[in-house]
Amino acid sequence: MTIAAATAEPDDPYRIGHGRGGYGDSEATGHGAGGPAPRRIVTAYGFWIFLLSDIIMFSAFFASYAVLAGQTAGGPGGRDLFDLRNVAIETGCLLASSFACGVASVAAEGREPIWFYAAMAVTFLLGAAFIGLEVHEFAGLAARGYGPQRSAFLTAFFTLVGCHGLHVSAGLLWLLTMMAQVFAKGFRADILRRFTCFSLFWHALDIIWVALFTVVYLLGAGA
Amino acid sequence: MFGKLTWSAIPFDQPIPLIAAGIVAGAMFAVLVWVAAKGWVPYLWQEWITSVDHKRIGVMYTLLAIVMLLRGFIDAIMMRSQQALAFRAPGYLPPEHYDQIFSAHGTIMIFFAAMPMMIGLMNFAVPLQLGIRDVAFPTLNSVGFWLTATGALLVNISLVIGEFARTGWLPFPPLSEAPYSPGVGVDYYLWSLEISGAGTLVTGINFVTTILKTRAPGMSYLRMPMFCWTALASNLLIVAAFPVLTATLAMLLLDRYLGFHFFTNTGGGNMMMFMNLIWVWGHPEVYILVLPAFGIYSEVVSTFSRKPLFGYRSMVIATMAICIISFTVWLHHFFTMGAGADVNAVFGIATTIIAVPTGVKIFNWLFTMYGGRIYFASPMLWAVGFMVTFVIGGMTGVLLAVPPADFVLHNSLFLVAHFHNVIIAGVLFAGFAGLTYWFPKAFGFRLHEGWGKAAFWFSMTGFYVVFVPLYVLGLSGMTRRLQHYDVAQWRPWVLIAAFGIVIMACGAACQAAQLVVSIRRRDQLRDVTGDPWDGRSLEWSTPSPPPAFNYPVLPHVEDGEAYWTVKQRAREQGGLHEEPDYAPIEMPRNSATGFVCAFFATIMGFALIWNIWWLLVLGAIGAYATFVVFAWRDVPEYVIPAAEVARSDRANRNARREALAAEAARS
Amino acid sequence: MSEAAEDRPAGGERRFSDRAPGEPPREGAGFARGIRSYLIGLGLAVGLTVASFYFAASGLVWGPALPMALIVLAIAQMGVHLAFFLHITTGPDSTNNVLALAFGVLIVFLVIAGSLWIMANLNHNMPPMRQGMSMPR
Repeated sequence: MTIAAATAEPDDPYRIGHGRGGYGDSEATGHGAGGPAPRRIVTAYGFWIFLLSDIIMFSAFFASYAVLAGQTAGGPGGRDLFDLRNVAIETGCLLASSFACGVASVAAEGREPIWFYAAMAVTFLLGAAFIGLEVHEFAGLAARGYGPQRSAFLTAFFTLVGCHGLHVSAGLLWLLTMMAQVFAKGFRADILRRFTCFSLFWHALDIIWVALFTVVYLLGAGA
Repeated sequence: MFGKLTWSAIPFDQPIPLIAAGIVAGAMFAVLVWVAAKGWVPYLWQEWITSVDHKRIGVMYTLLAIVMLLRGFIDAIMMRSQQALAFRAPGYLPPEHYDQIFSAHGTIMIFFAAMPMMIGLMNFAVPLQLGIRDVAFPTLNSVGFWLTATGALLVNISLVIGEFARTGWLPFPPLSEAPYSPGVGVDYYLWSLEISGAGTLVTGINFVTTILKTRAPGMSYLRMPMFCWTALASNLLIVAAFPVLTATLAMLLLDRYLGFHFFTNTGGGNMMMFMNLIWVWGHPEVYILVLPAFGIYSEVVSTFSRKPLFGYRSMVIATMAICIISFTVWLHHFFTMGAGADVNAVFGIATTIIAVPTGVKIFNWLFTMYGGRIYFASPMLWAVGFMVTFVIGGMTGVLLAVPPADFVLHNSLFLVAHFHNVIIAGVLFAGFAGLTYWFPKAFGFRLHEGWGKAAFWFSMTGFYVVFVPLYVLGLSGMTRRLQHYDVAQWRPWVLIAAFGIVIMACGAACQAAQLVVSIRRRDQLRDVTGDPWDGRSLEWSTPSPPPAFNYPVLPHVEDGEAYWTVKQRAREQGGLHEEPDYAPIEMPRNSATGFVCAFFATIMGFALIWNIWWLLVLGAIGAYATFVVFAWRDVPEYVIPAAEVARSDRANRNARREALAAEAARS
Repeated sequence: MSEAAEDRPAGGERRFSDRAPGEPPREGAGFARGIRSYLIGLGLAVGLTVASFYFAASGLVWGPALPMALIVLAIAQMGVHLAFFLHITTGPDSTNNVLALAFGVLIVFLVIAGSLWIMANLNHNMPPMRQGMSMPR
């Protein structure tokens, strides 16, 4: 019998009412009678909130891009500039790196250092490949005179995609720091909490990339 | 070598900024020398600057707010006096200077006075009210405070080195773009806000997590004090809105520094996009300010009416409704920009709708007072003053929400009077009420009531004498931000407003006197019981000031108004509940991370403003190194032994027992 | 600060307990079982990504419907990430996480949709002026 059934008032079987001044019967932490949640949950939840704020920041850049996408100032648009093959490879790299990060999570849960380092190294290489391809694309555009100063469309494109790239780069730096921390201090509880935050961050970056390649590249080049 | 920085950055040729800068720099230097001479530096470093205790951080936020409030108020005095003198005359402030003053006034008041004031009070009171030991991320809390202080520091440095923005408190393009604002003023503004915005975001994350995930056992959502609900709503708004500010200011920075085309005249940029995005942030911002204020009033009205808050659940619904709806009204700040009648109508209706939950709150406060035994201590005076004054401001807001009316009144002094009406009555009065209400808890002695009441009456009166003329002027057609004017019929009103600010200045002087007198007479004003107002929420069960760990044992909450229930039971039974089992308590260690991080942030901000690239790189390396050093920390906590916990709690229990006995003897 | 420093609920009972975002659904499951959700997620995501690229490049989807198709596929991919990589479920122990996500999604929607609508109207009514041009009457 669940606690819900056990504590349900006879005339309030679905616990819609307010009992003794509110939903104070739930044993869950962060819901009521349970008291403060364990540190692991608090840290991850706080980071989750930060990620949502980061996604909102991206949405401001997305909104700008959407508004300015047509403002090519006589210059080229997405159709003329985007190389979808390159984007497909970038997408594959990032998705695979997300998977590798998941493997690293499992390894960390199981406290298996070799698998952890291997998976993290693979994550790093794939992430670095993504950044390399993106930098190559940006440099190529700039060299042809289609840098961010050329038009509002290019400004918004470089800023939105570049912001994501900066986040990935920061993530790579964090990744190396995480590996160093595990190497120095092992799978200590606080290191694991930080690693949970890192993996949340890395997966969220892939989620943002999904929105990015769909709206910017696929819709820009195809439609 | 030093980028754009040269000796000409210091305003040797402009007497007023030079004198102001000299006074400020001189005062700061004098304070630092005095502190060092008295040998307080080690104490301040160990107990305050590196503190991660929410109570200490809350006090520092409030102190920052008060100092910046003073600076912003001086700007206001300068503006009012300039306008009083500048009828068909140049006044005493040249336009380039006047423009910086009204820009600085708005920026400082919103970002470095009102925000820190509310955040400081939330920092101090929320963990105590939730029955816990500290916020979810104490070191991050310290980082947030020091980054905010960095922002304030940069704005103040602009007074001495360089100039400030001349664009108003929101830097609209194209004026704020590089061709039209080539100096460093807008850069000071932008970097200062990007840095302090990061600090504020961190606070938002901290409090949302704390309120949702770390409450004391038994404290369900509907048993939280109202201040915690409004703190939750406000911090949710911070988390949702500040990223948009960060992004928008970043876009302007990219335009200015790298020649991007977000908001430029050429290349396809769209200036209107800036207004749109900045107000997506700007409207929730005012609710970020006013929601904690509403929470403070809920606490004060309930305590000083000696009644539980009326309509708790409707207050919760109203608060969360305001939270959500505040993200659907932002276009009312630019009805006149040309989106058309359809769009204006939708946002106008949403704006009138958002007035409704606030109305619900006002009624609930009135019903709380009705049938209560009201005690007019100064916090209650501020609260009642708020209720009357804020309703007027709210009504003018609903008036402005009607697009055709706004077309006449946009950017007039009517608008200026409206938002000062709601912010001063809402946020500033709440700040004073909250300060007076929680001061004894923080410092162990009350503020002098007489001076507090005087401050209230001067401030209330002064407010009306300043801003009612501004409403009239707005209706007569006077635009905001005028350095001079030549319409004769405006003149008497401008002069009345200038007189009003003298009255408000008397109020400010009374506040200062109150503080000085209270410190001098602190032994007579001592709060021995920890519960000077016969409070209803958990913070009043702690000693004044509370020990570092707040509660010896986390309270187990059985009802709303957690402390009142406990107190009533003690009164009925004639004794305290039995002594708990004391256990050692782990508390987070102090850390210099916040201060050092902010130090490097200041360096980076200054380097970016003046284009000193080598300094920027050094600052960035320093900031990353700070993060790594903190991450490598092995011992994050220290232990308070059970004996010390017991000693502190037994002293508290004795004081309570004596108070209980005295109360019983009196009745 | 948490007084309960242990990271597991006492007695191993799972009633209305709480879950961190990103936390796998069961602990101590072993390597192979742990990777399962990531493998499924990878497979689904790859499929959806390939479909997106394919639809965009080929003419299979009717032109005007393409943006909607791509957006639907993108949302599906994001859902796959959330469910299989981030373990965000709709169970009662994940309520806080889902509510926070819903709040974020709402704000993102309001910001993007609101901005697009407003800017479209502004651009229509207030077109950029060139030298010598005057506003259309």
